[in-house]
Amino acid sequence: MSQTPLLEIRNLHKSFGRFQALKGVSLAVPDGCLTALIGPNGAGKTTFYNVVSGRYKPSSGSVHFMGRDVSGEPTHKLVGMGLLRSFQITNIFPKLTVLENVLTPVIIHNGKSFSILGSLKKRVDLREQAEQTLDMVGLLPFANRIASTLAYGDKRLIEIAIVLARKPKLILLDEPTAGMNPEETDRIIHLIKELSMKSGATFFLTEHDMKVVFSIAEKIFVLNQGSPLASGSPDEIRSNLAVKEAYLGGSLDAKGL
Amino acid sequence: MGGIFNRNFLTGFTILILLILAPLVVSTHWIMILTEIIIMSLYAMSFNLLFGYTGLLSFGQAGFFGVGAYCMALTAANISNSFWVCVPAGMFGATVFALVIGWFCVRLDEIYFAILTLGFGMMLFTLAHNWLSVTGGSDGLTIMKMPVLSLPGYTIELFNPKYFYWMSLSVVSLAIIFLRKIVNSAFGLLLTATRENSQRVSFVGQNVRTVRLAAFTVAGALAGVAGVLFAMFNRIASPEMLHWSFSGKAVLMTILGGSGVFLGPAVGTAIFFVLEHFITSFTTNWMIFLGAILVALVLLFPQGVLGTLDSVISKSEKGGN
Ligand SMILES: Nc1ncnc2c1ncn2[C@@H]1O[C@H](COP(=O)(O)OP(=O)(O)OP(=O)(O)O)[C@@H](O)[C@H]1O
Ligand SMILES: [Mg+2]
Repeated sequence: MSQTPLLEIRNLHKSFGRFQALKGVSLAVPDGCLTALIGPNGAGKTTFYNVVSGRYKPSSGSVHFMGRDVSGEPTHKLVGMGLLRSFQITNIFPKLTVLENVLTPVIIHNGKSFSILGSLKKRVDLREQAEQTLDMVGLLPFANRIASTLAYGDKRLIEIAIVLARKPKLILLDEPTAGMNPEETDRIIHLIKELSMKSGATFFLTEHDMKVVFSIAEKIFVLNQGSPLASGSPDEIRSNLAVKEAYLGGSLDAKGL
Repeated sequence: MGGIFNRNFLTGFTILILLILAPLVVSTHWIMILTEIIIMSLYAMSFNLLFGYTGLLSFGQAGFFGVGAYCMALTAANISNSFWVCVPAGMFGATVFALVIGWFCVRLDEIYFAILTLGFGMMLFTLAHNWLSVTGGSDGLTIMKMPVLSLPGYTIELFNPKYFYWMSLSVVSLAIIFLRKIVNSAFGLLLTATRENSQRVSFVGQNVRTVRLAAFTVAGALAGVAGVLFAMFNRIASPEMLHWSFSGKAVLMTILGGSGVFLGPAVGTAIFFVLEHFITSFTTNWMIFLGAILVALVLLFPQGVLGTLDSVISKSEKGGN
C-alpha cells in the first residue's frame, strides 16, 4: 500500500460566490479499487466530479492523478492522461448513431481527430474498436440506430460506452443508475463489477441506492454538505453513526443500510 | 447503405454531366447566370461546413471571400497574372486571415462567436473600403490583367464566357470533392459531434477550439477560392464583397437549401439567383417579391428545400420497405 494512489485529493475547496459547495475534501483512490462516493442530495458529489474532471477550477486544494498535480488542467488534457467521467444527466450525441457516439472517442483516442484522408466508412480498424466497446456494454445490436431513439436505460449505457472507448485508467461514474428501473440497475451494476475486474480501469462512482453501494464498493467515502464525513470499508460505513444521522435517521433502513 | 451511396453518386454524376454540357445548349446570358450560381454555391457550401456541420454561426464569411478576391487582384496586378499563381495566392491569403481571425473567434461560441465574426468582418470591410493606396477604396481594384490559364501546350481563353464557365465548374467541383472528403472523414465526424455536443467532445479528450479553428480555416480558404473566381468573373475586387450583408447571403442561401445537408447550400443558391433574375426582370420592387417568396419557402421547407425533400424521400423509402 506504499504505492502512490491513482487519484489523490488534498484539502479541496470549491465555492460558488459565497456558497461553499466543497469544504476541505481529502481522499485517495488506490489503483484497481472499486470506490464509491456517497452523500445525501446536494452533498457536493457532482461538484466534486466537476472539479476533479477539470470542468471547474478548484478554489483551493489540489488534485493529483498518477502522482502528478493536475489541479486546474483543462478537461481534454486530463482525458488524455486517462481520467474520464460520465454524467448524472445523460450527455451523449443524441442525433448521431450509437456507433458514431462511440466512434468519436475512438477517433480521438487513435489520434485521428484531424485525419481527412480516406473515408471513415473504410476505417475498419476504428470501427472494430468502436464495435468492441459497444459489445462490452451489450449495445452492439443497436449500433446503427440513432442514439435518441433508444430506451432510457440503453442511453445510460451509451454514456458509459463513450467513456470506455477512451480506454481510461480512472473512470468517475456520476450516478450511473440515475433514473433506471430495478432491472436496468441490476444490469449496469453487474456490468461495472465485470468491467472493474476485466478492463484494467479503476471505477470511482456515486450512487444513491445504498444496497447497490454496499454490494459492489470496496471502499466508500461519505460527503455531507460539502464536508467529508467518513471513509472506510462498507462494513465500517454501515456501522458509522454519523453517516446514519446524515441520512435522516430513521429512513436509513428503508435505504438498505 | 450501398444503395444510398449509389443514389447520391449517380445524382451528383448526372448533375455534373448536365452542367458540363449546359453551355452547348443555353444562351450566353444563362451561361453567365450559371457561372455566378456555381461560384456562389462554393461560397455558401464553405459556410455550411461551419454552420451546418460544426454548428458555428458566422456572420463574417464574406471577409474571407473578399480577402481571396483582393489577394487575387493584387497578385494579378503586381506579381503575375498566371492563373496558377493568382488562384493559390487568393486562397493562401484567405487561409492566413481565417487562421488568425479564427484563433480569436473560437474562444467563444454561439451568439458570442457570431458577434466576433461580425466584428472582424466589419474590420475587414473598413480596411478594404478605406485603405485607398492598396485596395483602391470604394472603387475597388479593377482587374486589368485577366489571369491567363495555360495548360501544357494550350492556353484557355478566359474572356470567353463558355471557357470561364468550364474553368469555374472545374475549380468548384474540385473544391466540392474536397469538402465531401472532409465530411466523410474522421475529422468530419468530429465536426458533427462538436455541433451536437461540444462539451462531451472535450470530455472525451479533444480540445474543441482546435476542431473549430480547423473548420474555420478550411471554410475561410474555400470561401477565398470562391472570392477569387467571383472577382475574375466581375473583373473587379470591391468592398461590397466583404460587407456583412454579403455574409448574410451565405446564411440565407444555406438555410434556404438546407443547412447540414451537403448540397443544400448549392440548391439554395440556385433558387435565390434564378428567383432574383426573374423577379428583377418584371418589377423594380423586386425585394418585396423575393422576400415574400423566401419567407414562403422557409415556411414550406423547414429543413431547407433539399433537407426537407431528402427526409420526405427517405421516409417514403422506409415506408416502402
Ligand atoms: N455551478 C453551480 N453554481 C452554484 N451552485 C452550484 C453549482 N453547482 C452545484 N451547486 C450547488 O452545490 C451544491 C452541491 O450540488 P451537487 O450537484 O454537487 O450535489 P450532489 O451531491 O451531486 O447532489 P445529487 O445527489 O442531487 O446529485 C448544491 O447546493 C448545488 O445547488
Ligand atoms: Mg449529483
